[in-house]
Amino acid sequence: MKELLVILLSAMLVDNFVLSKFMGICPFLGVSKKLDSAVGMGIAVTFVMICATVCTALVYSLILVPMELEYLKTIAFILIIALFVQIVEMILKKKVPSLYKALGVYLPLITTNCAVLGVTILNIDNSYTMLQSVINSLGAGLGFTLALVIFSGVRSRVNSADIPETFMGIPSTLIAGSIVSVSFMGFSGLFG
Amino acid sequence: MTTYVFPMLVFATIGLVAGILLTVCSKIFEVKVDERIDTISEILPQVNCGSCGFSGCSDYASAIVNNGADVNMCKPGGNDCAKKIASVMGKVATDVVPQVAVVLCNGDCNATKSKYIFQGVQSCKSANRFYNGSEVCTHGCLGFGDCEKVCSEGGIIIRDGLARIDKSKCIGCGKCTKACPNHLIVLRDIDKKVDVCCSSTDIGKIVRSTCSSGCIGCKLCEKKCPNEAIHVENNLARIDYDKCTACGICAEACPTKAIRLCDMVYN
Repeated sequence: MKELLVILLSAMLVDNFVLSKFMGICPFLGVSKKLDSAVGMGIAVTFVMICATVCTALVYSLILVPMELEYLKTIAFILIIALFVQIVEMILKKKVPSLYKALGVYLPLITTNCAVLGVTILNIDNSYTMLQSVINSLGAGLGFTLALVIFSGVRSRVNSADIPETFMGIPSTLIAGSIVSVSFMGFSGLFG
Repeated sequence: MTTYVFPMLVFATIGLVAGILLTVCSKIFEVKVDERIDTISEILPQVNCGSCGFSGCSDYASAIVNNGADVNMCKPGGNDCAKKIASVMGKVATDVVPQVAVVLCNGDCNATKSKYIFQGVQSCKSANRFYNGSEVCTHGCLGFGDCEKVCSEGGIIIRDGLARIDKSKCIGCGKCTKACPNHLIVLRDIDKKVDVCCSSTDIGKIVRSTCSSGCIGCKLCEKKCPNEAIHVENNLARIDYDKCTACGICAEACPTKAIRLCDMVYN
């Protein structure tokens, strides 16, 4: 139990996918303008991460390992992630059209969100069990959501601040992102 | 041979399973989209100005189809646009009164003076932060052209330190009204023609000392107006466009020529 908690918290805080591993920067910068869409995106990514983790772990251990096709895991995982992203897109379009509209192009882009592929491959590399993998991807998803939510708050302040025209938009956003990332360095060494 | 064929077969199977799953899901979560929304979106000018009151052109398009919004609310699109949408929706379009932006300030560099020479970032917004701008009048046009920069039609020029709007180019989108830090630019119906070209709420004595063509609140216009369409509130004449017939009597009566009959291209 203690081990699971460590995996969860380290995936969430210490090895935060966005702010420490620098994966999934595209939605981090793209969807963090508003709090609502940031939360929505975070939940969508978390959902895709958990589903993809379960499926990829099964496909890996039941199909790829017995057939000695481990070297093709990246391609197989991308296929599975793309499948889940499509399903999430359909569900959102039907059930939460406002969120579907707010996320826009970033929703299909979860397919190419390397945080999702990263978490599935890291699960294999760390040879986690199924439960550990799911906990790890839950932590990664929550960490992603946390980063997006924090950053959307920072960003709303940056947007209303009086900044020189040269730094408006992307430059100020990137600088703010790096400062948020530095603040997460404070968690390093939390478990060891 | 098997080294190549075997992985291909495995992946083809995975792909097939994924494809079948997606087909099933797309049947379960099918959303019917009204084709008319796309058609109307294409007709709309896609300026996304929001002057219709909806957030962007596509939002307006879906509001027309789903909520029965009026077809004549797009100001940049004008009558043509309204007629096309009406034909899609099978409704009859009533005419759109096109709107134009007007600058409610008369204070060009002949009429008013500068307090200081502003050498900071050359925008109205930053000049306005510094002692309410470099002009003596704190309500007037700052003349750095923030409105000129946001205008997508090239319809605003700054001449003699005052923004001037080319009414033949203005599409009434209202972007400039948001850009002006002193809120001097407003939209009005194009056929109303009479404007109080001053936004100063200072008392007459101060206005006189700062600008030679400002509204001094003398109420002459109020007395002369045959339709009671003009009233002085807070030392500034305001026109009630519902009553105004654009007769121009107030413009003739105005001693400082702050009220003007703007029939020409640049006001």
